[in-house]
Amino acid sequence: MSVAAGRRTLAGVGVGRGLVVGPIAKAYPSPVIPPQGGGDPAQLGPAFDQVATSLQARAQAATGALAAVLGATAQMAADPALRAEAEQRVAAGETPAEAVDRAIARFVDMFTAAGGALAERVTDLRSVRDRVVAVLLDLDEPGVPPLTEPSIVVAADLAPADTAALDVRQVLAIVTERGGPTGHTAIIAGQLGIPCVVRTTGIMDLEPGTEVAVDAVTGTVTLDPGPEIREQSRARRAAAVALESDTAPGATADGHAVKLMANIGTGKDADRAGAVPTEGVGLFRTEVLYLGRATAPSQAEQVAEYSRVLRAFAGGKVVVRTLDAGADKPLPFVTQAGEENPALGVRGYRLVRSHPELLDTQLEALARAQAETGTTPWVMAPMVTTPAEARDFAARARAAGVSIVGVMIEVPAAALRAREILAEVDFVSVGTNDLAQYTMASDRLRGELADLLDPWQPAVLDLVDSTARAGLRARKPVGVCGESASDPVLALVLVGLGVTSLSMSVGAIPAVRYALRHHTSAECATMAATALAAQSAGEGRAAVVALLHPDVRETLGV
Amino acid sequence: MTERTVAIASAQGLHARPASLFAQAAGAAGIPVTIAKTGGSPVNAASMLMVMTLSAAHGEEVVLTADGPQADDVLDSLVGLLATDLDAEV
Repeated sequence: MSVAAGRRTLAGVGVGRGLVVGPIAKAYPSPVIPPQGGGDPAQLGPAFDQVATSLQARAQAATGALAAVLGATAQMAADPALRAEAEQRVAAGETPAEAVDRAIARFVDMFTAAGGALAERVTDLRSVRDRVVAVLLDLDEPGVPPLTEPSIVVAADLAPADTAALDVRQVLAIVTERGGPTGHTAIIAGQLGIPCVVRTTGIMDLEPGTEVAVDAVTGTVTLDPGPEIREQSRARRAAAVALESDTAPGATADGHAVKLMANIGTGKDADRAGAVPTEGVGLFRTEVLYLGRATAPSQAEQVAEYSRVLRAFAGGKVVVRTLDAGADKPLPFVTQAGEENPALGVRGYRLVRSHPELLDTQLEALARAQAETGTTPWVMAPMVTTPAEARDFAARARAAGVSIVGVMIEVPAAALRAREILAEVDFVSVGTNDLAQYTMASDRLRGELADLLDPWQPAVLDLVDSTARAGLRARKPVGVCGESASDPVLALVLVGLGVTSLSMSVGAIPAVRYALRHHTSAECATMAATALAAQSAGEGRAAVVALLHPDVRETLGV
Repeated sequence: MTERTVAIASAQGLHARPASLFAQAAGAAGIPVTIAKTGGSPVNAASMLMVMTLSAAHGEEVVLTADGPQADDVLDSLVGLLATDLDAEV
């Protein structure tokens, strides 16, 4: 890369507000075996050994569920029957890479056919296949490498399980070639306060260790960052610290209170969020506890995790979303293989049709955590579509001992019938990412449809509007827990529509608090009317930005 | 040929953690050991993958076999392992 010719910049879509500088660490996809095969027969045994040893070392360094999965995967790589099968195939004339691929494929078939607990191990078998084949073909190790220094993780795309396994203390930023701004990598990064840039063409061409600057506001990656970018990075951090010094509860300039809450995924997130001034948790994504594991967590384990979160916000408001698996968050023990349209399939609350025990166990665990901690969780189900589903969920939850029950509004049908749904439950929370996906009929994982998925789309705001109005009429809380709540400008519009709480990644709260503090509720209502009246997402945003207090425009750089 | 029959004590059957612990113990025995479901074909007891494919449920009987002078001792200790609820010892 030439330094003299000016700084090369790669463009993507940014998520978050940070600007960081650091070396990149690359995560690689699973290796593809060339048609002629590959690998040296003498290296077959050593390749298995190398993978088993490295996984075992990582298992020893890890804890909990991750350690158990890594340990079992290491044992698979050392398995004598698997090796014998691969060796026989090499003796019969296959190249080592093909032999490993097919030997593991045979176990994958057996495990899949057996179903149940065995089918859940298929991911581990495939991971052994990928690692051993990569060694044989002399390719880079698939997955995220162990991070020894603070690094920028770069990948074509990251699976939710990869993201969950990241050592976040060592992750400065995440940059992906694919994915979208509302995909799960972006959401988890936002939640952890990690700057993220997705859809960055050319990022995988960089060498590991290359020093780059990642700017989540502009969505750019700059190669060979100079002293001025490092200075800017320090200034950005200083401005963030200044915004963070305001820790009063969220309210408009005229004192209308709006709860500003945190989106979290784990008890660890709760401890982190509990250290920042928030007014509780607006979205506890419990599926993180289920990801990357072979079986559902036991009720005792769930009680411990939920109690940890409730204790971190003792006496406060904690909104818990029941298991939201399926679609882009598959779980081996619940997801139905081969769904043609998983986003429209059996996901979220709909899993109660096939796995009612999963939901009942979770609801009982939440009721037990409530009893143990004395803090009452607000419990809501994802992907509820009809008032009848809301009624069924409320009955199940109350039967299990849950006292405050709500549902998410993320399906247009539910938004259109918000009034009837609110008659069944105590509160609702609008998930704007899925609501945009279903309203605009645009897969949120398709980055090239980002313009249609824009939460400023007037059609999406219309549905938020009708939900908020139903809430005002029923005098029941209507929150927003999608990423749109973290956009300080859009947050003003949501408040103007009548939304009573905003939940977002912890890192986004200071800017939203600041924007809110500088506008009255009447100004927010005008902004809401302006956004609804717009002909397009872009026009709406521009018109609302023009109404912003000049100080806010300046400080937030909008 | 020495043979032992034992019922699986682990509550969840011989899968995941119990299969892993059992295969490790069988691999450390120093002699080849096989495991089969009653009437089924025997597989290498040191292979966690093969042990898992048996899908032996809680209470189901399995047959262990080994050869040689140490066979009695080895099989006794492996039977002891299978007769313990390995899921409970977390």
